[in-house]
Amino acid sequence: MNGIPENLRYSENHEWVREEDDGTVVIGVTDHAQQALGELVFVELPESGQDIPEGDAFAVVESVKAASDVYAPLGGKVLAVNEALADAPELINSSPYEDGWLVRLQPAAPTQAEQLMDSGAYQQMLAESGA
Amino acid sequence: MKEPLIFEYSLPGRRGPTHAPDTMDAMDGLPADALRDELSGLPEVSELQTVRHFTRLSQQNFSIDTHFYPLGSCTMKYNPRVCNRVAMMPSFINRHPLGPEEHGQGFLHCMFELQDMLKAVTGMTEISLTPMAGAQGEFAGVAMIRAYHLARGDTERRQIIVPDAAHGTNPATATMCGCEVVEIPTMADGDVDIEALRGVLGPQTAGIMLTNPSTLGVFERKIETIAALVHEAGGLLYYDGANLNAILGRALPGDMGFDVIHINLHKTFSTPHGGGGPGSGVVGVNERLQPYLPVPIVGRREIKHGNDQYIWLTGKERPQSIGRLSAFMGNAGILLRAWVYMRLLGARGMLRVSEYATLNANYLMARLVQAGFQAAYPERRASHEFIISLKDIARETSVNTMDFAKALLDRGFHAPTTYFPMLVPECLLIEPTETETMQELDAFVDAMVEIRDLALRDPEEVKKAPLSTPVRRLDDVRAARQLDLAWPGR
Amino acid sequence: MPFIPHTNDDVAAMLDIIGAQSTEELFQEIPASLRITELAGVPEGMSEADISRLAQQRAAHDGGVVSFIGAGAYEHYIPAAVWDLATRGEFYSAYTPYQAEASQGTLQLVYEYQSMMVALTGLDVSNASLYDGATAFAEACLMAVRANRKSQSRRVVTTRAMHPAYRSVAQTILSNQGIELVELPIRNGTTDLDALAALEGEDFAAVCIQQPGFLGTIEAVDEMTDQAHAANRLVIAVCNPLALAVLKPPGSWGEAGADIACGEGQPLGIPLSSGGPYFGYMTCRKSLVRQMPGRIVGRTVDVDGTPGFTLTLQAREQHIRRSKATSNICTNQGLMVTAATIHMSLLGAEGLRRTAARCHANTRSLAAKLAQLDGVSIAFEQYFHEAVICLDQPVAPVLEALSAHGILGGYDLSDDYPELGNAMLVCATDARSEQEIETYVTCMRDVLAGVQAV
Repeated sequence: MNGIPENLRYSENHEWVREEDDGTVVIGVTDHAQQALGELVFVELPESGQDIPEGDAFAVVESVKAASDVYAPLGGKVLAVNEALADAPELINSSPYEDGWLVRLQPAAPTQAEQLMDSGAYQQMLAESGA
Repeated sequence: MKEPLIFEYSLPGRRGPTHAPDTMDAMDGLPADALRDELSGLPEVSELQTVRHFTRLSQQNFSIDTHFYPLGSCTMKYNPRVCNRVAMMPSFINRHPLGPEEHGQGFLHCMFELQDMLKAVTGMTEISLTPMAGAQGEFAGVAMIRAYHLARGDTERRQIIVPDAAHGTNPATATMCGCEVVEIPTMADGDVDIEALRGVLGPQTAGIMLTNPSTLGVFERKIETIAALVHEAGGLLYYDGANLNAILGRALPGDMGFDVIHINLHKTFSTPHGGGGPGSGVVGVNERLQPYLPVPIVGRREIKHGNDQYIWLTGKERPQSIGRLSAFMGNAGILLRAWVYMRLLGARGMLRVSEYATLNANYLMARLVQAGFQAAYPERRASHEFIISLKDIARETSVNTMDFAKALLDRGFHAPTTYFPMLVPECLLIEPTETETMQELDAFVDAMVEIRDLALRDPEEVKKAPLSTPVRRLDDVRAARQLDLAWPGR
Repeated sequence: MPFIPHTNDDVAAMLDIIGAQSTEELFQEIPASLRITELAGVPEGMSEADISRLAQQRAAHDGGVVSFIGAGAYEHYIPAAVWDLATRGEFYSAYTPYQAEASQGTLQLVYEYQSMMVALTGLDVSNASLYDGATAFAEACLMAVRANRKSQSRRVVTTRAMHPAYRSVAQTILSNQGIELVELPIRNGTTDLDALAALEGEDFAAVCIQQPGFLGTIEAVDEMTDQAHAANRLVIAVCNPLALAVLKPPGSWGEAGADIACGEGQPLGIPLSSGGPYFGYMTCRKSLVRQMPGRIVGRTVDVDGTPGFTLTLQAREQHIRRSKATSNICTNQGLMVTAATIHMSLLGAEGLRRTAARCHANTRSLAAKLAQLDGVSIAFEQYFHEAVICLDQPVAPVLEALSAHGILGGYDLSDDYPELGNAMLVCATDARSEQEIETYVTCMRDVLAGVQAV
């Protein structure tokens, strides 16, 4: 996976956000992030219905060598979590932008995602950090 | 040959009654609903099968007794047999922890002497022997620092400063004590960045945790400045005793300005590592922290015209203590082994420990550098350990530190510590200890050179290692994804 | 020079390679203001023969008593093979199995240990051990607070029926993180269930149940477990593992079983040794495994497909997760677990059950005989292998008098449980013979008569 999808927004911590037509958002980690983490062996997700403040660690992705927090790029209420990751955490490795999504949120405020980077800005950030 | 699980030797009805009562007494004093009907899942094997099985398992281990084991920061020195024999004397191993003091004067006398000797080698004013491992000693130390500040009404001091090279237990301990961790960087020469330290000190500073010599294998030369700065800011200094072997009898942490220290008896004082414990992380403090020491402590009651009496000091005598850290008094049998080791070596023997540990480390570093390996701090003297970085070889040949580690196993050496400290890429932290011969060190250098030459010639061959061990490289991803943590056969 | 192998020629050759004139020069980076040249306060060294003699003299002060004290540490018969094998150098002088390929012996042994603890406790997974029973209990409380997603509480319910030192250690460890232990009173030697019921509606992360309790008594584990789960509280079982050979395992308590079990592993082949080293065990249900502190060994395969063992779930640990680790613990009590695994293999299920039953029978026999003496009574009727004995006079002088006869008569409860009056805890394990029990009873009779005469 080389391309950085243009329809998503990105955070400095390598999370992506997809705005859905119904006003909800889907959050995951980027291809760059999954490559840096290595083969994932476990994902710890929040409970549905939980409120997550922006910037809080809401999930943990674990490889053999590291357990990393995933920080909420925007705040909101958890509507759904990706149950498939419980048995197949490797979905994040094989399909970070699609099957490996983490949570669906009802954003606390409507326009938060616009403050995040677009694909161009994220690509530039990766280039500048030598990735 | 792969050794089966003990459960695979089991057959119903095999066990003889040799080791237990030959009849089953009635459990008639208990309500039926409190009892279990049966106990399955334990093996039924003969004594000979058991002896063979565990003997064979033991033979699948590398150990100090069988192999050079230069694991950095772990001080894998020879564990003298006599220490074990003394600790296993019937009167010592059969003594109940709650037995009266008058039936424990021999044991308590040894413990009192151990406390005294540990004061002398650290420059501290009092010792508590109770912490059961280095990490628990750290916990005790940071908890005492917090108790000290709180007792003074200084409630805002919650930050513990930790250099980025520190062992992972330091930040983990600070968190366990309810403190916040502030990391400071290390300079290119291996010393702490004093300016960065100044920048983080303030009214929120509880203290700093340092290892000296540091985990980078060098002595922190500016320690007196650091101590002055931290104390000026109202913080205290914690000494992680992981590397005490390097300076035993050469310098005292107390003189450096440290307020509290833990000592890993399983490193410096040669108690066994036991396949991962038991350790012992005794703590020492200066006057400032004395009231907060964990209990129990061994005290002495002087008696005119008679033998002194050794007694327990508990929360009754020490109302400000941070409390108990174990159900009884910690790893007493390990403490006895350390007592034997220290009495055996005596003052001069201890000076030789640091002398030869340092000689061996500097020699091994010099030999490896001469052979073309890259020392992380070539301008510095090694303490009792040093770091080699394999990053150039890894880039050139794709043979990395892990491959070197596995290839060393095939050549009869336990690997040094790998990928720690994380500051140095592709690193090996090597600690030969004082009990190894020059000839053993030379053989290690030969093995390193051989592996490197093979890496340059045929990197794929190195990556196949290990080939001579009971298993080859294991699938860690599968181990973590498909958890198999107990025999499913029951 | 004890244990230093260098010849003078070696030293000269080594200094030459280093480029130093003397070993003294190697310490030049230590500021002169800090250098010392001798260790005042450490005596001169001794030969192995001399230290052995000195140790013999010291040890001679400590032996020669028959103990009826339990209170968390128990004397059981340990087969000769246990420590003979456990102190083989390959076990004794190895370290944590970081290099799995060079540590298959220790790793497979720990896997076997984990399997045995799972069998004893009836739960799904075990770690490789913690320091001791008291710290295992404290870690279990921390784990429950982390793991209970249905509760926001940082409070844990405990009970005066639990070992006082365990509660005290947990207090030391938990108070720094602002976790509160709420202690229930006892009635008839067990947790007061009315007091527990009175907590209904309050949020707690967990309820802790010790079975058998510190006073040897039997808790209503099924009822307490179901009640805790109904209130979204996790259940922490604290159990003597030898007792679990005969008692209902935590995994079968109530409808759903306890969530975490922990306790003191000492009764499984570890000598008393003045209180340590022992080991703490911990098992839990599979869904909680990632919140479990300490090392865990898993079975996997190598590159050729050969089964092998390795440390797993390490990403939770301090050396990777640093300030976010589940605990700061690094080591387990590897050598103790080695002994316990060999011990359990030699005894098997039947041996452990017979040993446990003998302890029960011996203590019942002792308590019944003591209760026939004037001024002695049994406080609680149902107990496993420790009984609370009440006297009609203060306990301490009686224990002192017994001790002068070489009998350690029990554990004085007056400090920890003043509400029980003149009470002590007695224990007669499988290590006590009928003859020794008789001697104790006779001695007690004489002592009581003597004390009464004063």
